[in-house]
Amino acid sequence: MRPSKPVGIVGWGVYIPRYRLKAEEIARVWNGGINNMARALRIEMKSVPSYDEDMITIAVEAATNAIKRSKLSPDRIGCIFVGSESKPYAVKPGSTIVAEVVGATPQVLAADYEFACKAGTEALQTTIGLVSSGMVEYGMAIGSDTAQGEPGDDLDYTASAGGAAYIVGSNKSEFAAEIVETYSYVTDTIDFWRRAEQPYPSHGRTFTKDPAYMRHIIQASRGLMKAMGTKPEDYDYAVFHQPNGKFPVKVACKLGFSIAQVKESIIVDRIGNTYSGSALLGLARILDIAKPGDKILFCSFGSGAGSDAIHIEVKDGIEEKKNLAPKVDDYIDDFVAVDYTTYLKYRGMIRFNER
Amino acid sequence: MSVPKYWRIIPHYYRLEGTICKNCGYKTPLIRKICPNCGSDDVERVRLPREGEVYSYTVVYSPPEGFERHNPYVIGLIKLKDGTKILGQIVDVDPEEVKIGLKVRMTFRRISVDGKSGIIQYGYKFKPVK
Repeated sequence: MRPSKPVGIVGWGVYIPRYRLKAEEIARVWNGGINNMARALRIEMKSVPSYDEDMITIAVEAATNAIKRSKLSPDRIGCIFVGSESKPYAVKPGSTIVAEVVGATPQVLAADYEFACKAGTEALQTTIGLVSSGMVEYGMAIGSDTAQGEPGDDLDYTASAGGAAYIVGSNKSEFAAEIVETYSYVTDTIDFWRRAEQPYPSHGRTFTKDPAYMRHIIQASRGLMKAMGTKPEDYDYAVFHQPNGKFPVKVACKLGFSIAQVKESIIVDRIGNTYSGSALLGLARILDIAKPGDKILFCSFGSGAGSDAIHIEVKDGIEEKKNLAPKVDDYIDDFVAVDYTTYLKYRGMIRFNER
Repeated sequence: MSVPKYWRIIPHYYRLEGTICKNCGYKTPLIRKICPNCGSDDVERVRLPREGEVYSYTVVYSPPEGFERHNPYVIGLIKLKDGTKILGQIVDVDPEEVKIGLKVRMTFRRISVDGKSGIIQYGYKFKPVK
C-alpha cells in the first residue's frame, strides 16, 4: 500500500516506566532459582509500571515527547489513535484523554485500536492514510501497553510496559523519515488471546512461532520488498516485533538479514515485551541513531494474527530532532530493580477487600 | 469526587492550567472566575510551566482513604519556573532522595480509582529531572 502523496515521520517519542523486574527474581519465585526460561527467551529484565501508571499515562508521556520532536502546535494534529491491549476501561476511549492532555482537542479524530501486539501499527497505517489523503494535516499514532502475563507462566518473564508515539505529516521539509510503502498481511490464526473478564491472556505455546509470528512477518516483509523491488541487503536496519530476544533474530535470519542489521533494534532483553509498544519502540531506537539516507525495513506482529511491514527512508530532518526529547536508551539506562512482591503490588495483582 | 466536578477540573489536572488576573497580574494555579487577590473578574486561563523545584515536602505514612496502597508517598510544594507554587505528589523517587531544591518536572499519572466500576481520575504529579 503506497501513500497517495508522500508522508513521513515528523516526530517520535517514547516512554518506558522506571522500574524493572529481573529474570533471576522471577526464576527465584517460580523456578527454584533455575533461570532456564529467561535464558531460552534471552531476557535479562522487564519494565514494570508503577502503581499509578497504565497504558494511558504511558501514551501521554510518549505523545508529549513526540510533540517536542515535531515542534508542532498540538492543535494542528487532526487525529490521535492509541493501540493497546491493556485498556483500563472496557468502554471509554483512552485516546480522548491523550488528546486532551496534549492539547489537541476538540477538533480531532480520536479512537482506540486493538489487534494484540500490532494495535500500534494499525493506528499508524490509518494515520498514514488520513494524512496522505489530505483529510488531516498531521496525525499521531501510539502503541502503548501494560502487558499482562499470568504469574509463573512463560509470559511472566516478558510481559512489560512501555509505549511509542509517531506524528505523521506530509510536508517533506519536516520529515525525519519518509514512509514510502506499507504491506499488511492478516489471517485468522489463533495463537494468543484473552477472553473478556479474564485477567491474563492464553497462548498456544510453540504454535505462536511458525504459523503465527514467523509466517506473518516473513510474508509481510517479503510482500513489502517485492512491492519496493528491494532485497535484504538494501536495508541498513531491520526492525521486527520483539516478544522475546530469540524470535526477531530468527525471523531476520530466515528473511536473509544479517545479525548486524537487526541487533540495534532489539531492546526486549532489557525492557521485556511491551506488546503494542514493542516494534514501535524498536523503530524509535533506530531513529535515535540513524543517519540521513539510511533505509529501514520495519515489520510488526500482532497475534490473531497479522503483520504490518513498512519501508522507511531516513531524511536530513532527523538530525535536528534527535535531541529534542529523551531517547530510548535514556529510559533503558535509568532503572530501579524491584522484587517480585513489589512487582505484584505495583501491577495490582494483590487482592483486597472491596470498600 | 463526582464525575462533573472532575470533568470541570480536567484543564487543571491534565494540562496544568491556572488563572492569571489581567487587572493585577496575580497568577493562581487553580481555575478561578474571580481573582483571589483583587476580586476582578477580568481573568484568563494560562498554562503553567511544567518544570520547577521542590520548595517544601512531606512524606506521608498515614494516608487518607483511597491512597493506602501508595504508602509511603511524598507530597511536595513545588515552586514552578514562573514562581507559582503548587502542591503535587512526587513519584519515581525514594522518599529519602527528596530534598528542598530538587529539580522536578510534571508527569501524567493516575490520581485515584473509584472502586471497580467508577471512573479513573488522572492528573499531574511530579518526578525528578534527570
